[in-house]
Amino acid sequence: MSIDLKTIKHISKLSRISVDEKKAEKLAGDLNSIFDFIEKLNELKTDNVEPLTSVAETTLKLRSDEVKSKNIREQIVKNSPQDNEDYFVVPKVIE
Amino acid sequence: MSDIIKQSLTELVENIKNKKLSSTEVTKAFIDRSEKSKELNAYITEDFTSALNKAKKFDQKPNLDLKLPGVPMAVKDLFCTKDVKTTAGSKILNNFVPTYESTVTDNIWKEGAILLGKLNCDEFAMGSSNETSFFGNVQNPIDKDLVPGGSSGGSASAVAGQLTPITIGTDTGGSIRQPASFTGTVGLKPTYGSCSRYGIVAFASSLDQAGPMAQNVKDCALLQEIISTYDSKDSTSIDFKRNQYSKELTNNIKGKKIGIPKEYRVDGMPKEIEDLWQKGIQYVKDCGAETIDISLPHTSYALPTYYIVAPAEASSNLARYDGVKYGFRAKGENLIDMYEKTRSEGFGSEVQRRIMIGTYVLSSGYYDAYYLKAQKVRKLIKNDFDEAYKKVDAILTPSTPSSAFKIGEKKDDPVSMYLNDIFTVPVNLAGLPGISIPAGHDAKGYPLGLQIIGKAFDEQNILNIAYAMEEKIDFKNKITDWWIK
Repeated sequence: MSIDLKTIKHISKLSRISVDEKKAEKLAGDLNSIFDFIEKLNELKTDNVEPLTSVAETTLKLRSDEVKSKNIREQIVKNSPQDNEDYFVVPKVIE
Repeated sequence: MSDIIKQSLTELVENIKNKKLSSTEVTKAFIDRSEKSKELNAYITEDFTSALNKAKKFDQKPNLDLKLPGVPMAVKDLFCTKDVKTTAGSKILNNFVPTYESTVTDNIWKEGAILLGKLNCDEFAMGSSNETSFFGNVQNPIDKDLVPGGSSGGSASAVAGQLTPITIGTDTGGSIRQPASFTGTVGLKPTYGSCSRYGIVAFASSLDQAGPMAQNVKDCALLQEIISTYDSKDSTSIDFKRNQYSKELTNNIKGKKIGIPKEYRVDGMPKEIEDLWQKGIQYVKDCGAETIDISLPHTSYALPTYYIVAPAEASSNLARYDGVKYGFRAKGENLIDMYEKTRSEGFGSEVQRRIMIGTYVLSSGYYDAYYLKAQKVRKLIKNDFDEAYKKVDAILTPSTPSSAFKIGEKKDDPVSMYLNDIFTVPVNLAGLPGISIPAGHDAKGYPLGLQIIGKAFDEQNILNIAYAMEEKIDFKNKITDWWIK
């Protein structure tokens, strides 16, 4: 298989990572060599195999939904690149 | 003072308990050593002033019943530490200060240990040489310009270079065991679900595990018994009976059946790795164990499976880095432009590569062909181990297909870099425990490791086998202090 520049552009959109021409070319080369390596899996017939989603064979435990952290709003907001009092600030979304 | 840093964790604990050493003396010695070792670039964040204050406070009212009384320790910078910057080796988190503590580090501090600082690692733990870190390469104390392995490269370098008596790393595909092998140290990847993932910066959630990295097996067992606890804050934490690993440690492994999987004899593997493996087989026989040839037929499919599963999970986990709530933000013309520029400038090239692979294999039209296929092959890999464990108690393999390589040597060839983890990745896919112990040197004098893989929750057994082998091997790490002027 071959991943072309159009596909790279498409994946970069889905990944929300901006990619210029030069980077797209490099990525196409890298991804093609990685996918050549991954193609090996097609040697195996897996029609009747159950997919393994987790090795931890436990069912999720339920717990009560209660607030445990108290008064950390200020610390949380402090980690934001841009804030205004208690709010995170982002570029304008509505015209 | 200088001999403090040469002591094992077990010796330091004993000396502090017997009041032969104070926490302040010990902490000072490791800070002093760390200060002289800047060239290794093992630390991302130093917390020395605070460490010394904590040590003094400990000495004023020492609680000597604790398991790590006043022992200083640096940890991988993938563990969230409350009020201490946590970067995961990434520019995108280079100013992130957690408001909470990871369960694993919390367990360590509760036993009296003191944080020395945060150790360098590959960005988001994605790498096998520590070269993907935003904070630069880490030097291997074994030789100049040699990689320490990765992703827990700073951790391995710090233990081997005696900057910290012991440490913790994380292992998603080999990130504890491979650097341990490259630096002549001991590294344990516990069973999936043994150590809580709460507060560990997530890479691939179905594979990630924290584990100890130490100078010897006994120290490793002691730290494992502290960090392994059931935790309701991690939905995949497993409630099983945990041993007192260090107390129950024994070198009596008579009658144990050790499997030798023929598929680990890979093409192009240097003869010295094969020779080391044969020596390992002899060592376990000398200890009274029996070796049995076994087959793990899907071994060669483990790496391709891993390079679908791990990036898929990573692409989802790393979606949270959007420049809004924390971390680095790039300027953009609008919200989407801001996201795209933030992630393009904030993530390094290996992380971007893996996010793109993961996004692709999960995208519409490719999900079945790649992601579902990989999950099915993952099942076959786990079945191989289940079959093998009907006949044997543990499995012995080399840890890595080569010794440490030079910085820059494999940087531009992702696939050749990925091959480093060929012997460690299957263990993560099957959720099993594995330990790497130093077992010899190659012609260049670089350390080589052997790996013992156990049944799920059977950490005690592989620690015992490692302990027995360690005694026979009598490995001496060749550290020349080349970086100290």
